[in-house]
Parts: sequence; structure tokens; C-alpha cells
Amino acid sequence: MANIISDETIEYVGILAKLELSEEEKEQAKKDMGSMLDYIDKLGELDTTGVEPMSHVFPVKNVFREDVVTNGDMREDILKNAPGEKDGMFVVPRTFE
Amino acid sequence: MDLLQMTAVSLGAAIKRKEVTVKEAAEAVLAQIEKKESDYHCYVTVDREGALKQAEEVQKKIDAGELTGPLAGVPVAIKDNMCTKDLLTTCSSKILCNFVPTFSAQAVENLQQAGAVILGKTNMDEFAMGSTTETSAYGVTKNPWNTEHVPGGSSGGSAAAVAAGECFYALGSDTGGSIRQPASFCGVVGLKPTYGTVSRYGLIAYGSSLDQIGPLCKDVTDCATIMEVIASHDSKDSTSMKREDTDFTSALVEDVKGMRIGIPRDYFGEGLDPEVKEAVLAAAETLKEKGAIVEEFDLSLVEYAIPTYYTIAAAEASSNLERFDGIKYGYRTPEYEGLHNMYKKSRSEGFGPEVKRRIMLGSFVLSSGYYDAYYLKALRVKALIKKAFDDAFTKYDVILGPVAPTTAPKLGNSLSDPIKMYLGDIYTISINLAGLPGLSIPCGTDSQGLPIGMQLIGDCFQEKNLIRAAYTYEKARGAFGRKEEQ
Amino acid sequence: MAKQYETVIGLEVHVELATKTKIFCGCSTAFGGEPNTHTCPVCTGMPGSLPVLNKQVLEYAVAVGLATNCNITRYCKFDRKNYFYPDNPQNYQISQLYLPICRDGKVEIETEAGKKFVGIHEIHMEEDAGKLIHDEWEDCSLVDYNRSGVPLIEIVSEPDMRSADEVIAYLEKLRMTIQYLGASDCKLQEGSMRADVNLSIREVGAKEFGTRTEMKNLNSFKAIARAIEGETERQIDLIESGEKVIQETRRWDDNKGESYAMRSKEDAQDYRYFPDPDLVPISLTEEYLEEIRKRQPEFREAKMLRYKEEFDLPEYDIDIITASKHMADLFEATVALGGQPKKVSNWLMVETLRLLKENGLDAEDICFSPENLSKLIRMTDAKEINSSVAKEVFEAMFKENVDPEAYVEEKGLKTVNDEGALRKTVEQVIAENPQSVEDYRNGKEKAIGFLVGQTMKVMKGKADPGMVNKLLKELL
Repeated sequence: MANIISDETIEYVGILAKLELSEEEKEQAKKDMGSMLDYIDKLGELDTTGVEPMSHVFPVKNVFREDVVTNGDMREDILKNAPGEKDGMFVVPRTFE
Repeated sequence: MDLLQMTAVSLGAAIKRKEVTVKEAAEAVLAQIEKKESDYHCYVTVDREGALKQAEEVQKKIDAGELTGPLAGVPVAIKDNMCTKDLLTTCSSKILCNFVPTFSAQAVENLQQAGAVILGKTNMDEFAMGSTTETSAYGVTKNPWNTEHVPGGSSGGSAAAVAAGECFYALGSDTGGSIRQPASFCGVVGLKPTYGTVSRYGLIAYGSSLDQIGPLCKDVTDCATIMEVIASHDSKDSTSMKREDTDFTSALVEDVKGMRIGIPRDYFGEGLDPEVKEAVLAAAETLKEKGAIVEEFDLSLVEYAIPTYYTIAAAEASSNLERFDGIKYGYRTPEYEGLHNMYKKSRSEGFGPEVKRRIMLGSFVLSSGYYDAYYLKALRVKALIKKAFDDAFTKYDVILGPVAPTTAPKLGNSLSDPIKMYLGDIYTISINLAGLPGLSIPCGTDSQGLPIGMQLIGDCFQEKNLIRAAYTYEKARGAFGRKEEQ
Repeated sequence: MAKQYETVIGLEVHVELATKTKIFCGCSTAFGGEPNTHTCPVCTGMPGSLPVLNKQVLEYAVAVGLATNCNITRYCKFDRKNYFYPDNPQNYQISQLYLPICRDGKVEIETEAGKKFVGIHEIHMEEDAGKLIHDEWEDCSLVDYNRSGVPLIEIVSEPDMRSADEVIAYLEKLRMTIQYLGASDCKLQEGSMRADVNLSIREVGAKEFGTRTEMKNLNSFKAIARAIEGETERQIDLIESGEKVIQETRRWDDNKGESYAMRSKEDAQDYRYFPDPDLVPISLTEEYLEEIRKRQPEFREAKMLRYKEEFDLPEYDIDIITASKHMADLFEATVALGGQPKKVSNWLMVETLRLLKENGLDAEDICFSPENLSKLIRMTDAKEINSSVAKEVFEAMFKENVDPEAYVEEKGLKTVNDEGALRKTVEQVIAENPQSVEDYRNGKEKAIGFLVGQTMKVMKGKADPGMVNKLLKELL
């Protein structure tokens, strides 16, 4: 396996993705990621000089909406699935500025 | 004819002729669900009460002449990654175990406006990530053709439900083959339309630039009819296309004379099961006999489709799934210390291993220092793949090939080797990358009695070519059904 | 010899656009409102929701870009900026990194040191986050998503500023320009304009930039000035004691007069930007840009020059009136209806500003119409009402834009100009106030003021003080 994924990398990605892996999961993740990246490295075989990265497959552009209020008070719906709610707001663990 | 064996369209017609009531149809299928669910487990949620209530309301509207469409009164199953108002929607994940949407997906609304009766939500691979429906947090779904085998994925529940008579048709979603492959494994018809044809509003996103909703059903007539209802331009979805040509049923014509069909040599090389190869080539022969011009050609870039797909899909998914954080909806870990701990625990406990794997890969390929080498590179290869298809479609009207390299594998055999599992997507994946329409239709069974599907691929917006070819083939092939145990 | 340092400053200014709805959904952007009552599945990140761009946001962004001499990017996209925080419902913010809507502009500023240009690196569109409130009773925070999805433009300057004065001048110039466009009311205190200061120091003459820090939570011009001073000192101290400046984000505490680092280990600051697949690219035509160009208003500088020529007003007046486009428009419209420029100007500068200040309002909040103002002026010119009545009528007009003619009619405030009736009243007052009459006759000039006052009282204010004065003098 050409791509050796380090513990630091797994930790780093865990911070980015807000995922906490057990020691066992970490080992497996290192292996999995390594082999997936090996596989993805295959793309390096292709010469893509001069090819624009295609993020959108069809040339659709300029989709807009008018600046007109169409939504009313949907608070009840929005809070319906909230794990924690108080005074019409979502309760979250204390944040610090 | 046994009610449950009717196609959606023939049931709709029977209801119109008052030979069957909507309630009878709903009750028959609900009884089947009750009978078979313990064998197949197609559903995450069965909404018996809701279905019967809808049946009553729809019947009233039909009687009043308000609902006149071909699907009015026909019960349908919806894959559990599409929002259904007031009905539990889980994406087969623990992290949405208690999520009840306050609105329905546009495709679902379209069906309801046409008089559909929603039976419930079908099982899937968690967040549509998988090819066997085994990554579901709510248990596996079994292939009705042989319960030791998977139904395919990620729309396995939908495909199995159609095959088992637990619904008359179903909606699935397809990001890398998730409609077409389970259709193939379960011996039903499945279509992934051109990107942008069906609104994605209300479809819980996995790979936004690749996802499309489509039908899983019993025959090509049903397929075209369902497509006509769910295809619409939606101003709530910026990627939704305005199309004037969604009268898909006009393509239900038995005529492929002069149709140019290309068969990619690259699809028929190593790795393809010989029985699958035989069945698919035989189907091509049938079309040739009907007047199509069938020819082999080199598509190229086939082996690059999978790494391209996984890079892009994982990247988009890693971002799309960030919203599941235990704050606004869904699962929140019961004990935590501080905000970031809450995020990590909720997500780690709520997501299954395959989802976590893809989120991590996706975060990595987008991360600082790797974005160019991985993500942008994949987008460039995507452009090349699209070009390869564009070139092919200057020569051919339809591209024909297998849907998957094998028939349905046994349960438990796939998850241990993710790369091998990903390789099973080889024929379906590039179609999503290029935004093209793809149809899967049963064309035989293997020596184990498991169904084999043939894939027809069209140029963008050319579903009608696919429908015409599939319809012609279907008529020539004759009936294809599973012998249902009584 | 002590080293000479220069401060190098760049600004990132976020401006809340004055659209009626949010950037990607049809929720209202109206201020106030109970928590979460201006929300929908899109701006709260519900599963399955999708964004659709508000075309007015694009128009404002382009207008601001043109007004600041930027190149408008003909083909641009939105990108996702990924980070986890509760005020960010999707845990990604839709912004623009790779292809921002405007680039390479400049604005001219003037300070005591003279004029100079401050470069604008880029301007991009993005969505605002919700608001976090810290619960006082329980150990938790509360999230309100009313602000989530409100459209912002972020204006990133080049590090061209060298002092707090230049920073303030730049901000005022931006504010004036954007207000003139009607794109935002740009109020620092209300958060519709927010400035983050990027600051580094280097020895005078050095070519390289030093390491910069970013400072946030600057809610007033004073705070900005103090923060610049404080951070310059802090960085110089570090360098002089042989330490390095760490690149970090610092939060300014204006009460304490110091800043502290905000970085937390839980935040990798790796935003993994990539083009948002749910939104399609924007492609602008020359026609579109021409349209926006045509609609650009006359900006302040040009207006000031024209006012001098056309209306021949003193610079002091022009300065005040043109400080707000709304006031300037009001001025011109009233003059067009026949009001004499100096008179109109006086009403605006004196009474209007006074009432604005008293009520804690801005010139944008003026609600009376040029028609009504011109009527008021006409009525005072024609002596239909006297000056104190005029003031009263004006206050009513200021509050509710009442029609002065109708108001005066209704309340019976017309000046009594009938000399005969007035004479009678004056005679009566003279008769009733012998002491004052005596005083006046004995040389006390001020006593007449009292008598005028008394007359006005009897007349319920509806007399022309000038005429009363004249009559009194006549009769005494």
C-alpha cells in the first residue's frame, strides 16, 4: 500500500468531520483510507492538462428567485424535531465566543 | 388475475373501471406486507393507518372525477431517504431514528397529487451509501428471489418490495447505480433519469451532483407512466431542468428499426460473470432481430469511473452530512461534555461504519493540500468521462451493457472488502458522473435462479430512446416473473 | 536608536444587504421578530432542503462592485465553507472563494494626511449565520436562526491602510457609497456592517509584510481605533522582546481595552472549500452590467459639486444634506416643488436633525414627503402660520408625515391676520397688564416681550408675533 495514513491524519480528519473513533476503528480507518487512496491514485495515470474541472454536468446557469417574502412563521414546524428547545430556540451545549 | 400481480398501470385502469376499489388494493398489499415482511424486511416504516386513510380520500376524489390519472389509487412505497410529511424518515440511519419531516419531497407530492397511496418507507443502505442494503441500521433486506442473497442497494428495500408484491411500484434514488443495480438483482425495472429531471427537493442528499430519484416497477409501461408524474421543473431546486419532453409514455412503441445500439467492449472484459454476459448479449441479439443496428465499440476510461465517483461522492457527502449534529433534529448523544464532544459523540454513535468511512475519505480529499490532487483531479476526469459518452452518442442512440458484474451476492459477503464492493458499481457509476439516463430491465436468470438485468444508457434527455428499446425488448422477451409462493 | 515601525492594515467588512428576503430562501429579513419566526427548512438546514439564489442580492453585489471600481467576474460560483458551529445550521456556510463576484477595485479616501486609494482585493456574496444567546440560568446556549441566511457581501481590502484614521475614512467611504446605492443601511452598532481588522507591523522601509493577526468584535469606530492602537503596541512589544507574532484571530474587548486569542484546538480552520453542487454558476452579460451601471445613483462627491453650482448653498449645508442620500433626495424633490433651496436646507439641517437626534434615528428614517415639506414652507412664507406653529406642525409631519395644510385646518392653527381683531386683543392685553405697560413706557424694552407673550396666549398662538409687536408699539 503506497498511501500510509498516519494516526495524526486520522485524528485531523476526525476533527474536521467531528467523528470520534475507537482505537480499533482508527486502525481500520487507516487501512481503509490507505487502500481507497491507493485506488484513487489511479487517476494520476490520466493526463488532464488543459481539462477544466467539471463541477456541474450541464451548462445550466442563472437560476434565481424574486426578492419576495413567501414564507411566514414556521417556527412550530422548525422546532418540531428539536432534541432540546427553550423559549422558541434550539438548546445547545454552552458555546464560548 | 391476482390483484397483487397487476402492474401499477393495469391496477389504475381497473380502479378506474370500478373493478377494484382503492381500499381493496391497499388492503391486499398491506396484507401481503404483513405476510412477507418477516421474510424480506423491505420496509423501515409501514403506515397502515395512513395508507387506508389516503385510500379513502383518493377513492372519493376518483369518484368525484377529480383524480383521473393512470396512477390514481395505486399504492406505492417510498425509499426512506425522501421526506414524507408527518411520516418517520430515517435514511436507514440511527442518526435520524426519530426524524419526522414537516414537508414532503416534491416527487412524493407529485405522486400524491396524482392520487398515489403511500404505504410506507423502504429500507436502504444508510444514507444511500452501499450496494447491498446491508449498511442499514435497521437490519438487512432479503432478496425475494432467494433470501440468502442481498436485494442490492442502496434502494434494496424498494426493489425487493416491488418483487415481493409488497407494493405496486416504488420510488428509489440513484447516485452510483442505486436504482438500477437493485432492479437488476430483484428482477424488476428501474430507471435513473437524466440529472435534473426529477426535483431533488426533499431528497436527503448524498452526492448532490449525482443524485436522482426514479421508479422501481414491474414493467416498462409502469416506468414511463411513473416518470411522467414525478418529472417536473421545481423552482425550489436550482439544479432542476425545464423540460418540454416529459411525455414519456409516448415512447411506449415497439419499434427499434434502425436504432443504433453500441456495446462497449470495456464492459465485457474480465470480472464479468459469464452467465450475466451471456444473458445480456442474448438480449442485444433480440433487439438486433427487431431491427436495431448493434455494434461493439470502445468506450474508454471505464476503470477510472470508480475512483472518480468515490472521490466526488464522498466529498459531497462529507459536506451534506455535516448538518447531522444533534442540534436541530435527529439523534443526540445522551451524555457529553461540551459542544464539540456532543458533536463527535452524536455523530460517531449515530452513523454506521460505511458512512463514517466515506465522510472521512470525503473530508480528506477536500482538505488543505489535497484538494487539487484529489478533488479537482476527479472533476477533470469527470469531464473526460462525459466527453467519452458525448462522443459515443454521436455514433449511437443507446448504449447497452450489463448492470452489474454478477447477480445478487450472498448476504454477509460484501462488506468486509469495501474496494471489491465498490468495483461492483463499475457499469452504473459513470452514468451518474455524466448525468445521463440509465434503465435496467430483467433479461434472464442465472443457474441459481437469480435475476440478471440489462442496462440501457441514453444521451442526456433521451429517456424516450431507452423506453422504446426496453419496451420493444420486453414485448419480445415475454413475461418475466418470480414464482410467488402462495 | 529606537526602531521605527509602520502598521499595515487590511479590512474585511461584512455588509448585510437590504433585501426583503434571505439570500437562498423566501424568509423575511425584517429586523426583530420572535426567535425562529423568520425561518424555513432551507435556512435551518433541514434534510432535503435546497438553496435558490435571490436575484436582488446579485444586483446589489454588482452595484457595490461597480461603485468601488471593481472588475465584475462574468462567470462566478458559490462555494461551501465547511465548519461546525451551532449558528451555522448546515455546518457549512455558502460563500464564494474561488470565483468571487468582484475583484481588484479601489476607493479613494481622504484624511488629514491627504488623499489616497485603498485597494479592494475582492467582494463576494455569502450567507449570514444565526444568533447564539447564552442562557443565564442554565449551562447552555440557545440558537435563533432568524438571521441565518440573511445576505451578506464581504468586502476584502488590500493591506493598504496605515493608521486608524485611514481605516475610519475607508469605512465611512464604503458606508456612504453603499448607503447611496440603497444596498444596506450599514449601521455598525446594529451589525448591518461589521469590520474585522487584519493588522501586522514592520519596520519602516521593509519590503516584506509581518505576520498578521485578525481582530473581531469591533462594534464602533472608537473600538476600531482603540483596537488598532492596542494591537500595534502588542505586536511591537512582542517583536522587541524577541518573540514572534502568531497568526491568530483575536477578540477585542472594548471594556477592558485588550484582545485575547480566540483559537480553540477543536477548530482546525481547514474549511475544505468546494463548489456548491446545489447551486448553478452565474454568468453575467454585458447588457446586465450596463443595466446596473445605468441605475447607479449620483454619488456624494458629484452631488456636492452640483449642489454648489446649482443651488449655491454654503459648503456646511451641502455637507450635511448630502451625508444621506435620502435627505439629499428629499432636498432636491422639495426644491423642485418650488421650495427655496436655503429655506429647505434650513428645515433639514435644524429641525430635522434635531428631531432625528432626539429620537435616536438616522436620516434614512425620515418619513415625511417632499410634498408636505414644500407645503409647510409655502405656508410659512405666506405667513399663514407663524414660526412656532410651523414648528409644531413640523413635529407632527416628522412623526407621521401629516399633510400640513390638513393638519392646520383640522387643529385651527391658522394665524389670525385680521388686523382689526388682533388690535382688539392687543388693546385688551394692554388694559389687563398695566404694570408691564408702565415698565415698557419707563424704558424696559423687555416688557414688550411679556406683552407679546400674553397676546399670543390669548390668541392661542395663532398670531404673527411680528405683527403683534408692531401693534403694541403702535398702541403704546
